[in-house]
Amino acid sequence: MTAGAEGAPPRTEQPLFEVFVRGKRGLNHVHVGSLHAADEEMALHAARDVYTRRNEGVSIWVVRSDAIAASSPDEKDPFFAPSRDKVYRHPTFYPIPEDVPHM
Amino acid sequence: MTTASVDERPDERALAAHFTARVAAEQRIEPRDWMPEGYRRTLVRQVAQHAHSEIIGMQPEGDWIASAPSLRRKSILLAKVQDEAGHGLYLYAAAETLGVDRADLTERLIGGRQKYSSIFNYPATGFADVGVIGWLVDGAAICNQVPLCRSSYGPYARAMVRICKEESFHQRQGYELLLRMMAGTPEQRAMVQDAVDRWWWPSLMMFGPPDAESPNTRQSMEWRVKRHTNDELRQRFVDMTVPQAERLGVTLPDPALRWNEERGHYDFGEPDWAEFRRVLSGDGPCNAERIRRRRAAHEDGAWVREAAAAYAAKRSAGETR
Amino acid sequence: MSGDNPYEALAGPAGGGGGDAHWAFGTGFDAPPDEVGAEVPAGADRADLAAYCTMLGDDALVMAQRLGQWCTRAPELEEEVALANIALDLLGQARVLLARAGHVDGTGRDEDALAYLRGPEEFRNVRLVEAPNGDFARSTARLLAFSAWRLAVFTRLTASTDPALAAVAARGAKELAYHRDHAVRWTLRLGDGTALSHQRMADGVDAVWPLLGELFAADPAERRLAAAGAAVDPAEVRAEVLDVLGQVLTAATLGGRPAPPAPSAPGGRDGAHTEHLAPLLAELQSVARAHPGATW
Repeated sequence: MTAGAEGAPPRTEQPLFEVFVRGKRGLNHVHVGSLHAADEEMALHAARDVYTRRNEGVSIWVVRSDAIAASSPDEKDPFFAPSRDKVYRHPTFYPIPEDVPHM
Repeated sequence: MTTASVDERPDERALAAHFTARVAAEQRIEPRDWMPEGYRRTLVRQVAQHAHSEIIGMQPEGDWIASAPSLRRKSILLAKVQDEAGHGLYLYAAAETLGVDRADLTERLIGGRQKYSSIFNYPATGFADVGVIGWLVDGAAICNQVPLCRSSYGPYARAMVRICKEESFHQRQGYELLLRMMAGTPEQRAMVQDAVDRWWWPSLMMFGPPDAESPNTRQSMEWRVKRHTNDELRQRFVDMTVPQAERLGVTLPDPALRWNEERGHYDFGEPDWAEFRRVLSGDGPCNAERIRRRRAAHEDGAWVREAAAAYAAKRSAGETR
Repeated sequence: MSGDNPYEALAGPAGGGGGDAHWAFGTGFDAPPDEVGAEVPAGADRADLAAYCTMLGDDALVMAQRLGQWCTRAPELEEEVALANIALDLLGQARVLLARAGHVDGTGRDEDALAYLRGPEEFRNVRLVEAPNGDFARSTARLLAFSAWRLAVFTRLTASTDPALAAVAARGAKELAYHRDHAVRWTLRLGDGTALSHQRMADGVDAVWPLLGELFAADPAERRLAAAGAAVDPAEVRAEVLDVLGQVLTAATLGGRPAPPAPSAPGGRDGAHTEHLAPLLAELQSVARAHPGATW
């Protein structure tokens, strides 16, 4: 144990992971963005927090960005509903009188 | 790739023509497409500044989470400030598709080499500020950002779609807080008016200098990384906000503000551009404190990030053994 | 600029889903959910039930307040988001529990009256949650112990004869499993990361360890309610929680710890707090108390 004491100091720059989310059953996983994490486990955990705000029932893939082979770009819109269990994230939650313009 | 060589070789000229045609046809540019170096640099600056603004923007409101006066308001505010961290993450991710990395951008921020929105250098001195920041500052941000959902750069446009959707929650919670406060005690109404007085002009400055002093606007609009001029967006914001202020029962602190029948828009006074430049160049009320705190969080967290990296390295070494 | 009106573009129902039945309580209600007003179950004493809801509610509220102090100070942006999620979950739990306490004790006080208008001596939280955050390792050690303990209690509390407690526990157990998981992962990374992080994690565990005894000491109200099937006697979860902690610490190369010492009496459950609670509450309550009669 206590490795990292010997040798060069560990790299603090954490690798980049791409995040794919299946919003509900029957749909493909869709690329939604990326994040930094030390390993896959941490990346999955953070992806759940950041990109789904812990919306239950979604499936997440993470893959290290440098492991992706790519040809031409063809991606879909990461258009997400806000987390379903956090009412205060929904704009319609805040009662605004009908007569306020442009709100 | 250097700028100097871009127009020299014929194949790059063809690529540039292809790029220009694609942008003009309202198609998106994706990370692996060829793009002019100036386009890439402009986007890196724009997206990074935007990301920095989200992160620094957590501070003025974040300071009120601890003392939010109801548990409902505490939850809302915590969720909102959390969203801003999320927005910063989406935007740093978009910036990274342009070949820069987040650690480097963070270094540039805390080293004072990249800017963030000057609005966050003003202090939030009372709880009414939380409402006014949501209404005016996030309202101005939405005006700026909705057109960017059609930015020519795909990853940025997609991040903006997501961000705009969440921002509308921010604006509504702010306005709703102000409605409640205006229906409260005379002291609360005075708090709201005071906050509006302090945040109105800085909000107008969020759209940037007047068009005549914004030399990069034309190129940015041709590249479709900017869809409207600063003055157009500012006018749009004023036109939308004045009726909301009337409904709320607050006075916007501008004696020149009046409806112009002929133009079909509100006329309004000129923000203090000298103040804008002063705050932007680092001499605002809170610049030093904002950067100091961001730097402290980054530096104090270094040992944690190092530990996570060391742990991951040990585990992957264990797997291959 | 037509077609670009940002407000029109965003004014539609967010999330696309109609109705709001799926939205969690504790996130912005004006009318508390039905379970808060449920009948006091047979055999349970009204005052005991109110005290018990206050204890569990105060634990969550004070812990959320400490977690909120990490905001803008977390070691990484991803962690900002994660810690805020945990704090939000706990705030949600606190709100229902305090609302239930105010309903059951007959005073009709709402969640805010209980959160903002009581003095430190009226708070019933354990001392573990009021201790200052310390560094990230100490905060991690505290979150590990707190969430492992609370998860064990809530898992059993889902069978409570009190409908409000059973409902809070059912929702909360899912959240707490996530919190514990988060804390476990960081304990492993810091414990088995670098020499520096190992030392800090070990120091963090040592700092919170003496505070754990209180988690397993049953208050008389708790014991009576547990006998009536409405509460969980925390002594019951002692072995399980210490076993979980032992396993995690061993895996994190942090070694074992002797059983935590018996708590000094009176303790947090009796309203006897350390010097750290009063300043925390002074900040939490400052705006609310400065404006009596105000609406927020």
